[in-house]
Amino acid sequence: MDSADLSIAGAGARLRSGELTAVDLLTAVRRRASMTEAILHAYLTIDHEGALVAAEAADAALARGEDRGPLHGIPIALKDNMVTRGIETTCSSRILAGYRPPYDATVVERLKDAGAVIFGKTNLDEFAMGSSTENSAYGPTLNPWDPDRVPGGSSGGSAAAVAVGSAFGALGSDTGGSIRQPGSLTGTVGMKPTYGLVSRYGLIAFASSLDQIGPITRTVDDSVTMFEAIAGHDPSDATSYRGRVPEVRPGLDAGVKGLKIGIVRELSGEGTAPDVAASFRRTLDALAGAGAEIRELSLPSTEHALSAYYLIAPAECSANLARFDGVRYGPRIGGRNVEEMMSATRRDGFGPEVTRRILLGTYALSAGYYDAFYGQAQKVRTLVVEDFRRAYAEVDVLVTPTSPTTAFAVGEKANDPLAMYLSDICTIPSNLSGDPAISVPCGLDSSGLPIGFQVLAPALGEGVMFRTARVVEELSGFTARPALATSEGAV
Amino acid sequence: MTWEAVIGIETHVELLTRSKMFCGCPTDFGAEPNRNVCPVCLGLPGALPVPNEKAIEWTIALGVALGCSIAPRSVFHRKNYFYADLPKNYQISQYDLPLCSGGHLDVDAGAGVRRVGITRVHLEEDTGKSTHLGAGGRIQEAVATLLDFNRSGIPLLEAVSEPDIRTPDEARAYAQELRGIVLALGISDARLEEGSMRFDANVSLRPLGATAFGTKVEVKNMNSLRSLQRALAHEIERQGKILDGGGAVAQETRHWDEEAGRTRAGRSKEESSDYRYFTEPDLMPLVVDDTTVGRIRAGLPELPAARRGRYVASGVEENAARTLVAGGLADLFDRAVTAGASARGAANWLTGEVTAHLNRTDGDTAALALDAAGLAELVAMVEGGELSSTAAKDVLIAVLAGEGTPRAVAGARDLLQVSDEGAIATLVTAVLAEHPAEVARVVAGEEKLVGFLVGKVMRAGGGKADPKVVDRLVRKQTRR
Repeated sequence: MDSADLSIAGAGARLRSGELTAVDLLTAVRRRASMTEAILHAYLTIDHEGALVAAEAADAALARGEDRGPLHGIPIALKDNMVTRGIETTCSSRILAGYRPPYDATVVERLKDAGAVIFGKTNLDEFAMGSSTENSAYGPTLNPWDPDRVPGGSSGGSAAAVAVGSAFGALGSDTGGSIRQPGSLTGTVGMKPTYGLVSRYGLIAFASSLDQIGPITRTVDDSVTMFEAIAGHDPSDATSYRGRVPEVRPGLDAGVKGLKIGIVRELSGEGTAPDVAASFRRTLDALAGAGAEIRELSLPSTEHALSAYYLIAPAECSANLARFDGVRYGPRIGGRNVEEMMSATRRDGFGPEVTRRILLGTYALSAGYYDAFYGQAQKVRTLVVEDFRRAYAEVDVLVTPTSPTTAFAVGEKANDPLAMYLSDICTIPSNLSGDPAISVPCGLDSSGLPIGFQVLAPALGEGVMFRTARVVEELSGFTARPALATSEGAV
Repeated sequence: MTWEAVIGIETHVELLTRSKMFCGCPTDFGAEPNRNVCPVCLGLPGALPVPNEKAIEWTIALGVALGCSIAPRSVFHRKNYFYADLPKNYQISQYDLPLCSGGHLDVDAGAGVRRVGITRVHLEEDTGKSTHLGAGGRIQEAVATLLDFNRSGIPLLEAVSEPDIRTPDEARAYAQELRGIVLALGISDARLEEGSMRFDANVSLRPLGATAFGTKVEVKNMNSLRSLQRALAHEIERQGKILDGGGAVAQETRHWDEEAGRTRAGRSKEESSDYRYFTEPDLMPLVVDDTTVGRIRAGLPELPAARRGRYVASGVEENAARTLVAGGLADLFDRAVTAGASARGAANWLTGEVTAHLNRTDGDTAALALDAAGLAELVAMVEGGELSSTAAKDVLIAVLAGEGTPRAVAGARDLLQVSDEGAIATLVTAVLAEHPAEVARVVAGEEKLVGFLVGKVMRAGGGKADPKVVDRLVRKQTRR
């Protein structure tokens, strides 16, 4: 086995046994990247120098007996909407071309404190707006399982890198499913924590009340490791949770015996591809076989969740993206006065999907439209929260397919925003409610593309969520690797 | 037609917190441009705001001082508009759920006390500062604009009055009283000329006796209490002329031009703005419990109205009490009284000669060369007959000029009064002996000659004898 294909846990064990060094691990992902990047384009920036310095430092520390824990010496990728001191951070947008932030996001600091080696910055749909990673000003990322297909999005670069082995783990951000859906489409584990558990300081905001950073890994165990490294109160984020982070490691292998698992009537029928539905059903049966009690529930508000999301997220983004005006950073297009300069800079700097959402959001907040659009959407959000609360009075976790389909072809939905928006139908509700959710691979469809199984839990229910995900992972016995990761010689 | 002015005032107060509203940057005035900045107040990508608790407490303090109710739960909103010195292109402010609402302020512009309603007091962040290079100093003609973000994010409190004010005098009294409260609370240096306290006025006219409002004009850019008063007087006159001529007042923002003594129309663009307010998702709702409000209420200092009341009760005249409190001399007054001065005496000197000195020298009360002990000494010397009022005035001027304590100055200038009765009696006996004819006429009842004799005694004593004692002894010795 190539060491680039090891899990974080496996790599860590070899590091500690002396079998491998952090520099070896870095070399492995560099080699994998050099063989796959020309096709995949998972990365926007690879920090070869910085990563080598960090890997050497990690080895030296370990030699001194200084062990920072499970991420020590592990090469990790970051979605390029998390700021990194001195390293270009673009959000895949022309409007931030060449921008080098003067500070590290809190999650970046935490990863560094945990000894991780930051390998590079991954591609995304511009400002995290999209579900395919096609909306990047620097070109799309492709799916390592089939380069004619998209890896999902918006954290498609992070998901593709982890799937193919050019990173052991990565951080993504999830506003409406942007970690879980690409996780599903690339056969990786994508997890969105409870809103507030992971600091957003340094995450370039798309929709502040929905955005949450989380890990993309190859195993549930690795997901737990990364979650533990990044979660916790941050005084720099006023929405950061002040209480204790739920302990997830202790009960991780407790199984699902006696657990009440709910399936959501509205999210597991219509529009779901037959192979996805079948795989979901098989996994469900296996869970029942493992002792879980399966119940069907109704979450009526989820029908309106998508519409509410596509008002709330654009409204917040219209304000969040207002700061990109060419005045203080980023490229500037000149004009006869400051208004012209700002307009020209923004017109040139933002791609079509970002522009569409800024316009949508601006209208939704305008005088005379506010109540009908934004106000109404907030009410739906409250209903979603109430629906979930009722559901969790009956069951411990809810499960759905992560995405109604497996990876779709490049260009297939690029010109049909509505079809694209629909691929987030199962993931959006937990962003509106702020609850945690995880996507775990549960099988392959008839074309050999991975299928994701989503586990949703109530706020701060990461413990039961990971525990269930761990069982799904075991039961589905998912060991397949993408074509691109196993055909090194051929590339 | 007789018109009645309807005036409401919006007041912005920069709070004197050590750090900014949503980040840890210092707030000190006069730092080199763009020194007191960080990712948060520069609006860099990824930066997030964290509210300043002190600023929130101080806003509650002003709210409590103004009799407002304090919202147990209030919300920050984003106010969206594009401007180069607004780093995020939205301002974090409060909209329909402000921290404080429904208070009042009693003002007296000389025509009795009037109650002005306070609609709300809320908290927001200040913008950066633009300097437009080029002939006019205005953005339209500028060749370049320099941006300084030191001010960006400084906590800015906004207090909005009800349209309860009727005259420029009342507006000034309102502004002065509010400033006095802000200073008493110690939450801002409230310097109008430096912009740390700014007043914008909404003014409209209506026929006297009418209840409906006329079209209002917002007047900005008044950087002293005097210019607030002048600007309003001008604007009321301008609108009156338009209405008298059968015209209609345009709803607009006008800027006060201090030198020209008139208001000018601003850009009409400003009027059509839709700020697209929505809840600031980066901040949690502001929850304030009764305990906090109670603690802040209990910690409030004595406010100007109460202080004036206390002074009047201790024998100071109403007007003097007003001058002491408004003129920043009240602390000195209190300390002088503690040091033994009579209230009336201390008040007289402070509102008379000391205030005149401050006006003459454009001086700062904090830099006065007169301290409480000195003032108490001066008052005691006058009241003890050691110093005549005329001499005391000279002594005070010298003290204010830094020449020393009153007693030292009076000694050095040989101005101490003789009030030793024995010494004065000897002097009187000697002078009366020199003027037997006049004495005889006084004895015969020619009262007006007493003054002549007193004058002679005063001259003989070199002007230092206490005239009251001299007068009494002259009468005594000429009595039959």
